[in-house]
Amino acid sequence: MSMPVTTTTGTATAVELTGLTKTFGPVTAVRGLSLRIEPGEVVAFLGPNGAGKTTTIDMMLGLARPTAGTVRVYGRTPAEAIAEGRVAAVMQSGGLLRDLTVAETVRMTASFFARTRPVAEVLERAGIAGIADRRVGKCSGGQQQRLRFAMALLPDPDLMVLDEPTTGMDVEGRREFWSAIRADARAGRTVLFATHYLEEADAYADRIVLIRRGEVVADGTAAQVKALAAGRVVRATLPGADEVALAALPGVDSAEVRGDTVLLHATDSDRVARHLLTRTPARDLEITSRNLEDAFIALTADDDAPEAVR
Amino acid sequence: MTAKTMDAKTTDAAAAAVTPTRRPALGGFSATFLVMEIRRMLRNRRTLVFVLVMPPLFFLLFGGANRGQHLDNGTRVNAYIMISLAVYGAMVATTSGGAMVAVERAQGWSRQLRLTPLHPAAYVATKVLTAMALGLLAVVIQFTVGAVSDVRMPAHVWLFAGLAAWLGSLVFAAFGLFVGYLAPAENVMQFLGPILAILALFGGLFVPLEVLPHVMQQIAKFTPVYGVGQIARSWLIGESVSGAAVANVVLWTAGFGFGAARLFRRDTARV
Repeated sequence: MSMPVTTTTGTATAVELTGLTKTFGPVTAVRGLSLRIEPGEVVAFLGPNGAGKTTTIDMMLGLARPTAGTVRVYGRTPAEAIAEGRVAAVMQSGGLLRDLTVAETVRMTASFFARTRPVAEVLERAGIAGIADRRVGKCSGGQQQRLRFAMALLPDPDLMVLDEPTTGMDVEGRREFWSAIRADARAGRTVLFATHYLEEADAYADRIVLIRRGEVVADGTAAQVKALAAGRVVRATLPGADEVALAALPGVDSAEVRGDTVLLHATDSDRVARHLLTRTPARDLEITSRNLEDAFIALTADDDAPEAVR
Repeated sequence: MTAKTMDAKTTDAAAAAVTPTRRPALGGFSATFLVMEIRRMLRNRRTLVFVLVMPPLFFLLFGGANRGQHLDNGTRVNAYIMISLAVYGAMVATTSGGAMVAVERAQGWSRQLRLTPLHPAAYVATKVLTAMALGLLAVVIQFTVGAVSDVRMPAHVWLFAGLAAWLGSLVFAAFGLFVGYLAPAENVMQFLGPILAILALFGGLFVPLEVLPHVMQQIAKFTPVYGVGQIARSWLIGESVSGAAVANVVLWTAGFGFGAARLFRRDTARV
């Protein structure tokens, strides 16, 4: 592995994780995870609880020390990236002083940085200017989360990391939170967020990195990840179908016959459809892709998951 | 700091060329932060009652009752009580200030701070200064109440006794930090309060040590309030500051400071 290169034009890779491993006693939380994120990408870290998402993020932010492997954020160590305000994070919970007001919290945080965006501006962008004088202890979970977001906006970071940012928010709060993040990312900021909500990953990320047991099991656009997990399902009405013969067709992974209906799980759905329509009396043909949730379950199930694609 | 030198090679040129001022001066230490911290402490009603209200109240109760009385060496009793309670107020103040880290660790603020450029040493320095500011306020208020209610001492005694009570309370800023890093609990002052009262008793702040049994007097010399109490009253009594008292203050400050530093390092170490 060569040394990461930082050029003066600022085109360094946003995040570069190489062979990242973290063990806690006998438990391996993250095993040999490698990942590159380019500037401007909006990436979802998707995985079930305990997959190693938070541990990976902690190492990325310098809150935890890798057992093996390296982390580079814009070519720097996490500690340097934080000291320079290049990376900021919104953590899951805690981290706020209940006796301060919303505005005081942001002002105090601003005092730790060499330079920041104006306090009024970040309050506005996080949608909490209206509750600036409210005590943090009296804010709802969603308001506290937008406060954490406002604090993270202060240094105008190149990379924004969010660890399950909408946990405990209602639907409305979640939508407002994401519209703020999305508007912000359009300005070119790199965003990495961990979530176990599939719909969040699907709706807000350009790229999904699926994690299971501390390893990347899939990496691509939402469409790629869905296709990877499941291929498509071809469904048709075909009286008297022979299940064994259908299963043996090229492009078919498995076949199921329910009365007059056949369900074919296919990696090459076009080929299967062409065969059914031209060589058999099949009618009412439908092709559906499985949704991301199916992909998520298929890829994060305990048994042999498909190979990762890049 | 091998990591730093290694990174310097790769990032120096870029950092210097593009962003010469991206890191904060003094590790993020600033007057803004300090002032906000002091204001925060002054907003805490519990702290204010125990630090700024109760010691003067004790003085009015006990000092007032002994008005006009003198100790054997001619010292006025109410001056003796005022200085003792100033030491007590300052020690409760600085302990509260140091122990704020317990609350902040419990609320996850310390972890949040690690996502900012604020250097841990700048944080601790701010905590100590905040504690000492409250300690100074405790002494000033106690002395003001004393002056208004008939305590008369030579000017140099006011000055040196006040300075000793205040600066000696550094022991307890260290003690507060030590406990704060030992126990991340929101209610840390609830169990520290009684401990401070017992220590104050052994330090001769509530009654002169001479009235205690001999064994307790001997034990008292090794407790952390003894030194600062003796020093603060020495100008009033007209005795020179004893080496034992100075050693007591220095050793306890060093001990708590060392303990706090060790726990602090454990707290900020990455896991």
